[in-house]
Amino acid sequence: MKILLMGNPNVGKSVIFSRLTGVHVIAANYPGTTIGYTKGFMKLGEEMVEVIDVPGTYTLEPTSEAEEIAQEMLADGDLVINVVDATNLERNLYLTLQLAERNVPLIVALNMWDDTKHRGININLEKLREMLGMPVIPTVAVTGQGIKELVENIPEARLPHHPARNHDERWIAVGNIVEQVQFITHRHHTWRERLSDATAKPFSGTIIALAILASAFLVIRFIGESLIGYVLDPLFNILWVPVVLRLSALMGGSGLLHNIVLGHITGGEVDFVQSFGLLTSGLYVPLAMVLPYIISFYLVLGLLEDTGYLPRLGILMDTILHRLGLHGYAIIPSLLGFGCNVPAIMATRILESKRERFIAATLISIAIPCAALQAMIIGLVGAQGGQYVAMVYGTLLVAWIVLGLILNRLVKGFSPELLIEIPPYRLPAWRTVLQKLWMRAYGFLAEAIPIILGAILVINILYFLGVFAAIADFTAPVVTGILGLPKEAVTALVIGFLRKDVALGMLAPLALSAEQLVIGSVVLAMLFPCIATFVVLVRELGVINMLKSTGIMIIAALLFGGLLNLILQ
Amino acid sequence: MHGFMGRFGHRFRHRHELPLEGKKLTLVHMKNGQRGVVVEIKGGHGIARRLSALGIRPGREITKVSAMFMRGPVTIQVDNAEVAIGFGMARRVIVEPTSSDNI
Repeated sequence: MKILLMGNPNVGKSVIFSRLTGVHVIAANYPGTTIGYTKGFMKLGEEMVEVIDVPGTYTLEPTSEAEEIAQEMLADGDLVINVVDATNLERNLYLTLQLAERNVPLIVALNMWDDTKHRGININLEKLREMLGMPVIPTVAVTGQGIKELVENIPEARLPHHPARNHDERWIAVGNIVEQVQFITHRHHTWRERLSDATAKPFSGTIIALAILASAFLVIRFIGESLIGYVLDPLFNILWVPVVLRLSALMGGSGLLHNIVLGHITGGEVDFVQSFGLLTSGLYVPLAMVLPYIISFYLVLGLLEDTGYLPRLGILMDTILHRLGLHGYAIIPSLLGFGCNVPAIMATRILESKRERFIAATLISIAIPCAALQAMIIGLVGAQGGQYVAMVYGTLLVAWIVLGLILNRLVKGFSPELLIEIPPYRLPAWRTVLQKLWMRAYGFLAEAIPIILGAILVINILYFLGVFAAIADFTAPVVTGILGLPKEAVTALVIGFLRKDVALGMLAPLALSAEQLVIGSVVLAMLFPCIATFVVLVRELGVINMLKSTGIMIIAALLFGGLLNLILQ
Repeated sequence: MHGFMGRFGHRFRHRHELPLEGKKLTLVHMKNGQRGVVVEIKGGHGIARRLSALGIRPGREITKVSAMFMRGPVTIQVDNAEVAIGFGMARRVIVEPTSSDNI
């Protein structure tokens, strides 16, 4: 048996899904969080049944990719739980009536039930059940209220046998239902609505946006640096250094195996960034340099996502993004890119046209450094002075704008207009925020650590075989001539294909000047997507567009790196 | 220039100079806080359908909440939901005002 969870975007389907199946999926307070679909299982009586979290859809007449997916999945569902936002009954019921015309048993979860009270909305449940001809269960997914009743009532789901209606008739039917079951009482504006108005107005909205982004940046940095300085650095220095030194002595202090496992250790001191062994840099880079920033970034992003602020930022940025061939909603995948480019490029699915998706994915891979790379930039470049970090970000921002302007002129096709529902502000629930943070941090560790360890192994072997020296001589004209970096820096650029954090770490032993570090960081950020991003680019754009995108990256990286070299050195 | 006049035009010009006859306005020309009934959605069927999925269709009363500067999106309230509509699309939504000023 297959149960589908369907409903309008941002009504809480994913939260109900997590409640039903125990499978955790990323949920957020903006339309379009779920872009693919997730399967899970729940126990219904004695039977295990499959539950599918279908991307949100306003109508069964597909107007976007997510809605097409929803449409296709409906064909092989045995039962539909229609999740309805109780505070927006009219718009939500349109889909309910469309579903009711299909030959599938239905049950309605009337979600956000708690919100109706302070919004002055009264719904006559009995009347609604009677008029729809199916069970209607009030729920509050974030707290779990009503979920038990929902599950108990699944066997009661009914084939509602509504007559087939056309578009206008359906709206009339919806209007008729709403008129009879919903009563609105007067109420005062809540502080959330006042805040909502303030963020939607141009002047106050801009000021609020600047304040939010600035404090987000400061909080991310504060949490990241605190975790490094007070937790992870002490852990490595006090607990791990003695173990490493002991092992080093046991392994004779040098040799190929020693270098692979522990790296270069001289004078009884362990330099975790430069030593480049599996148990030194291989653990220190992901755990003590990158993980703290992954945690702080995703904590702040999760809070921003769940309050419902991000779509408002999109409205504010719409005019600027139009010049870059995108519209305001592209701000959401772009912000996700500061965490990791992979989910960011997948999230470009919320954009409607192929053209927009190509431009957004290319701009993200070029100009949005992921959290892992940023952590290393802050760690290594930041040690030379904050102005150098600012130079890296400044260059990437300029590249984002310039390339966007160019792509907007060159890429054929059209970019549609922004049209989004703005979710009401909500106070994030700690449980869901922390759960989401855990999923993302765990995802980072599970994916990054094997690749980082593999990269370090490969690097040591290639060094030993002298392969890097050969490549370095071959590419010296470009690396030294155009970019002004020592020819050995090419190894870092090549390894950037595996992991950008490790790659930037490889620049550390080269004794670069601050300016060279800036150039190295910018080129590394822009040049190639890392392998994981590469795979997702192929999947989302197709091979040909991925190659085009990569071509743009290489040209842009050499251009901006070369220009920086001319200006700085 | 149209965009600029659209945003600030109501302060400088009289009703009869507005591009649409009678009392009808586009969302772009409405004032913040003004209410009105949607009478027509100009342009393709696709746009009408996308808007109607969000509850914006002829006969519905809406309230303009705000507009971003430089031809930015227009935010309106439909029932309990707020919807942001890109400038180009907002220009195609024709409204007959039911209130002339603020809330």
